[in-house]
Amino acid sequence: MSIKPRTLYEKIWDAHVVDRRDDGTCLIYIDRHLVHEVTSPQAFEALRLANRTVRRPDLTLAVPDHNLPTTPRQDAAGNRLPIEDAESAQQLAALEANAPAFGIRYIGATDAAQGIVHVVGPEQGFSLPGTTIVCGDSHTACHGGVGALAFGIGTSEVEHVLATQTLLLQQSKTMEVRVEGTLGFGVSPKDVILHVIGRIGAGGGTGYVIEYTGNVFREMSIEGRLTVSNMSIEGGARAGLIAADDTTFAYLKGRPMAPTGDEWDKAVAWWRSLATDPGAAYDKVVVIDAADIAPSLTWGTSPEDVVPITGAVPDPMSFADPSKQEAARKSLAYMGLTPGTRMQEVAVDNIFIGSCTNSRIEDLRAAAEVARGRRVADNVKQALVVPGSGLVKRQAEAEGLDRVFIEAGFEWREPGCSMCLAMNPDKVPPGQRCASTSNRNFVGRQGPGARTHLVSPAMAAAAAVTGRLADVRDLMGASA
Amino acid sequence: MTPIAKVEGRAIPLGRKNVDTDVIIPAHYLKTVTRAGLGKGAFETIRAEPGNLFDDPQYAAAPILIAGDNFGCGSSREHAAWAMIDMGITAVIAPSYSDIFSGNAVKNGIVPVVLPQDAVDRLLEVAKDHPITVDLETCTVTTPFQDRFEFTMDPFRRDCLLGGLDEVGLTLAMEDRITRYEAQAGAERPWLAA
Repeated sequence: MSIKPRTLYEKIWDAHVVDRRDDGTCLIYIDRHLVHEVTSPQAFEALRLANRTVRRPDLTLAVPDHNLPTTPRQDAAGNRLPIEDAESAQQLAALEANAPAFGIRYIGATDAAQGIVHVVGPEQGFSLPGTTIVCGDSHTACHGGVGALAFGIGTSEVEHVLATQTLLLQQSKTMEVRVEGTLGFGVSPKDVILHVIGRIGAGGGTGYVIEYTGNVFREMSIEGRLTVSNMSIEGGARAGLIAADDTTFAYLKGRPMAPTGDEWDKAVAWWRSLATDPGAAYDKVVVIDAADIAPSLTWGTSPEDVVPITGAVPDPMSFADPSKQEAARKSLAYMGLTPGTRMQEVAVDNIFIGSCTNSRIEDLRAAAEVARGRRVADNVKQALVVPGSGLVKRQAEAEGLDRVFIEAGFEWREPGCSMCLAMNPDKVPPGQRCASTSNRNFVGRQGPGARTHLVSPAMAAAAAVTGRLADVRDLMGASA
Repeated sequence: MTPIAKVEGRAIPLGRKNVDTDVIIPAHYLKTVTRAGLGKGAFETIRAEPGNLFDDPQYAAAPILIAGDNFGCGSSREHAAWAMIDMGITAVIAPSYSDIFSGNAVKNGIVPVVLPQDAVDRLLEVAKDHPITVDLETCTVTTPFQDRFEFTMDPFRRDCLLGGLDEVGLTLAMEDRITRYEAQAGAERPWLAA
């Protein structure tokens, strides 16, 4: 029997089919389930009401992140400090009670390993290549950076996975995004994914799973790959994938929940076998020349609104599609921008370095390199650095990065989702402008009336020290 | 879930593309531990616009929403579907949806109708003054003017909507298969046991 060449996605899918219905819907086994406090309380409540249990608590990991304030969580004596917002406190308390009640592992707010679920998963070796990973959070796409089929689900699906360890799904189409060539000076993984989204559009990946291929991704670190895959959802794709390779294995080996001994060797052999076969066809292919990618940022309120930092605010009339013209007009009014203004002339009020997209140690190193020996500009009202996990924070402190940031005038915070989504006290005030390393520039995303420009960590640091959207290349390599 | 076969009534002709879930329900409404009452925060940023459609009395309690491409993009928050159900919307018509939103919609008894842009444009015009009917039995959208647009939907999703089915219960009935899969996958990939 000849076997049809398959893509990485198809191989992972096939290995997880529990049952295939006549109409094509498949029951897919879920290997790993991450749970946080915002999208789980209604799922646990539904289980209780139906007298159902969690099928595989051992494959489930719960971590609070969205609501947690990033200010200190314990006093000097080690006592937990109360959370002032009553609703946030209630939601966090619900997870803290639900996890042990259903036998689920829980990394709590004061645990050294606590962090954003999508930082914690790979860091702990919970996220492994070739696994199916879900979480009630769209940025679950992140874990595709280690070669896992990972995607966000709604709360009803959270309940379904808790009860059955499976999901009913239709197979997605496949899109290859191939980036070949050499990335220019100062171009980071964040710039790569912003450029990709600008190219395919916010809905371009709808119905697809994206596999990122080409030497640019093969040569990228795992943390960079996590950043890229994380924002697949901003291009409409529920999941992104980058084939696991020696870089992935080196990253995962020895992590607390990663396999060991013989099992590790067996796992690596299987993971290698998952790479897309020569001759396998994708439903859609997008090819990008790495040389075309500049340090990039968003100007509007959709993640597809991307320009190079050397560019200008576009004229809405420059778009062919009349509905995009109207959307651009609304975006510019919201963003307080005028067509033709050079992006580098735009002053900023806030800086946010953090989120599941860009809060890992390499992100903090890149930002610190720019901030070192410089000062946050006087017009910047707040500049936050929020490590993605307690372990990232500890590592950064061991390298002295906290001192670099603090001496430059940044605030050094506790891990959590922070200013990415306005569910905790970290918000951008109405009408203020933020250079943010997060993933969404939607209207009101960082707080009602907040104006967001998505950038890389180095670009956020450059904006902090110049007080405006700035080309990080002008600050790199030259000492302050 | 309540079975749903037909949705008839006024349709809010929103028409916009890329309506994201932060627009449908902003994050500050997500700090709830129940599903109820989210309608009060639905489309808050659009409602802040003077003369917006949501506060136009002629669309009060309209059961249908018409939108542009990529409706429900962004976050996985099912609160978006809960908020829409709470404001009485049980059908959406758009050229495309985010994958996560359309799944969440079906699980809450909202029919996500996919129609090409020219059909959506016609319905946006009709909806300004007249009602629209979404019929899930016949998979058609009709107007008082003899317009008749056929749509397709994944048969399993359609069955779930028509029957008001409990997916968790359906899957739990297949427990023996799940157990068999676990045994086989566990033997082939023993490292998966965490």
